[in-house]
Amino acid sequence: MNVLNKIVFSVLFVTFLFLCSCSSKNDSGSTIKFWAMGAEAEYVTKLVPEFEKQNPGIKVKVQQVPWTAAQEKLVTAFASDNTPDACQLGNTWVPQFAALNAIIPLDVFIKTSNQINKEKYFTGIWETNVLDNKTYGIPWYMDTRLMFYRKDFFEKAGYKNPPQTWGELLDLSKKIKAMYPKEEKYAIYLPTNEWAPFVMFGMEAGSSLLKDDNTRGNFSGKEFKEAFKYSIDFHKLNLAPIGFSQVTNQYQAFAEEYFSIYISGPWNIPEFKKRMTGNLSDKWMTAPMPGYANDYPGVSLAGGSSLVIFKDSKYKKEVWKFFEYLSQAHTQIEFYKLLNNLPSVKEAWDNPIFRDDPYMQAFYLQFTNVRATPKIPEWEQIAFAKVQQYAELAARNVMSVDEALKSLDKDVDRILEKRRWIVEEKKKNN
Amino acid sequence: MKYKNTINAAYFFLAPALSAIFIFFFLPVIAAFIMSFTDFDIYALGDLSTVRFIGINNYLKLFDDPLFYTALQNTFYFVILAGPLSIAVSLGAALLLSSKLVKYKAIFRLSYFIPVVTTLVAVAIVWRFIYHPKFGIVNYILSLVGIAPIDWLGNTATAMPAIVFMSVWKSFGYNMIIFIAGLQNIPEDLYEAASIEGASGWQKFKSITIPMLAPTTIFISLITMIGYFQFFAEPYIMTQGGPLNSTLSIVQYMYQEGFKWWNMGYSASIAFVFFFIILLGTIIQLKIQKSTE
Repeated sequence: MNVLNKIVFSVLFVTFLFLCSCSSKNDSGSTIKFWAMGAEAEYVTKLVPEFEKQNPGIKVKVQQVPWTAAQEKLVTAFASDNTPDACQLGNTWVPQFAALNAIIPLDVFIKTSNQINKEKYFTGIWETNVLDNKTYGIPWYMDTRLMFYRKDFFEKAGYKNPPQTWGELLDLSKKIKAMYPKEEKYAIYLPTNEWAPFVMFGMEAGSSLLKDDNTRGNFSGKEFKEAFKYSIDFHKLNLAPIGFSQVTNQYQAFAEEYFSIYISGPWNIPEFKKRMTGNLSDKWMTAPMPGYANDYPGVSLAGGSSLVIFKDSKYKKEVWKFFEYLSQAHTQIEFYKLLNNLPSVKEAWDNPIFRDDPYMQAFYLQFTNVRATPKIPEWEQIAFAKVQQYAELAARNVMSVDEALKSLDKDVDRILEKRRWIVEEKKKNN
Repeated sequence: MKYKNTINAAYFFLAPALSAIFIFFFLPVIAAFIMSFTDFDIYALGDLSTVRFIGINNYLKLFDDPLFYTALQNTFYFVILAGPLSIAVSLGAALLLSSKLVKYKAIFRLSYFIPVVTTLVAVAIVWRFIYHPKFGIVNYILSLVGIAPIDWLGNTATAMPAIVFMSVWKSFGYNMIIFIAGLQNIPEDLYEAASIEGASGWQKFKSITIPMLAPTTIFISLITMIGYFQFFAEPYIMTQGGPLNSTLSIVQYMYQEGFKWWNMGYSASIAFVFFFIILLGTIIQLKIQKSTE
């Protein structure tokens, strides 16, 4: 009986504790719920105490969301009215959440802010957040893609400076390939499971990618066709490996000279530093994309993450203060030191940490010519499912370039059917 | 009167379970069915007024979608290759483990069953290493007999067989256990009688084991077929449907359309077409079962 009493008592006690912990939530002050992805969440947490010290009364609760499930989680949270106050969004996702009507334009805040304004950022990066003249996000950190290359092989091929035009890039690739007449080695790595280089070449050639108010594909247009032919030729001339699964580890492949050029982003700098050690450590460098003819540097993608505020947030003003804090040059430099994320504020780039870093010079130059991909919710599907699919078919010579692009346009038009309808309805109503 | 009371009481006790099934199973199925006649997508999530009832357009679009046929073809290829193979292997293993000649049966039974209880995701990741063109053990063994390395998962011709092999390895233990149970239900005196008549081992197998196992086999082939039709995690983790969509399965295609691109309406229509395909397969197999009885 005694034992039973004890059990009953302890059960009641635990229940009581549980109830207490549930009801003690309503403390004073405002707590911002901020969702961040992957490693960013872990490191932004280290920046929070300083902000809370500067702004008594505001608390920030950072919630970590894995990158791979981020989009699903956010959309699900939106569907069940459980969105956080603010979060980090990959800037290509901004159009999706704007279409969902889940995030708000921040222009009201920007107008009165002396901390955040367009002039402090790279134009191409800022533009990714602007839809119909409304700014839905603030650039937090940015990335873009450019060439990682083997200095030693460029020099052997007679190139002291990295190629500045498309012609030079092709010529250089042929020369590098000629160094290995028998071995299975290549000049450049253009895997067809990465749509970015194909789209970048297209934009550089002057293609708008989509047409008619982003309601139809423009891939079989003259400009994109020329660019697509150019990039597929690397595969056809055997300058680039066709499959991508033989390169399970691109760093190792780069170190083993399997290829000498790889178009990738800043997230790979620490990785390359780690793998290219010993006498390889000074054998690689970064360079901006070559231009079509005389317009160095060539265009690249405006990537990165933006900060957005959700419509249902009760603490929009407080969130804005947090954004301002995250947008200070020295906070961004701290963040870079923690995680290698490139600061979005131009001022931060004056810091010696960037000025004295040889790999960073190319990035700074590249950011002056970055452009956003079409800002519509369907873009990711077009890029990931369709551009990659037809790039692979063309690279493997299953389809000719003309056929591939025609089918690509057909598929894209089909994806954009709903958008066409919505745009037309809007026009009718106006 | 008494009978009626019993039924009422039964309803009373069944009510919680039934309502749970209704709310969490039938309701979503009905909602999905309705959704499959709309163009519910990301715009609709934001603004419900953009939902259009488009009748059977999703289904028409589906039958005109080359990727759907690719996925369907891949799924059938997988089921037709992996299904019989899995049944044959598990029957073979069951026969071996029921034989009186084999020792340490428990250890074998356990080791064949371990893949079944291991998480598919973990298994798929490990097998990706096994198939690795440069460092994988499969190519290492082949290199010992002088065969050049094969890019198992990167080649359109070998990717699916590679996945089939892994799936069979992963799942035959389960069927094997059921077969062993089926074998134990065959009365020993049938074999004794056959032995007295002078039947050979093969004759006994053909005329006793196979017919007596028929119900078990039907059950296993049904379960295996339904399970294999829904294969998803293997290509999702090992190949992402590639290369050139050669391992894209129906369920994976449905997932991509629904949760990656948010074409929920279209995705729901894939689900229903697929449901009818599985239903058809099940009916055919049950018909076969009846005709054998």
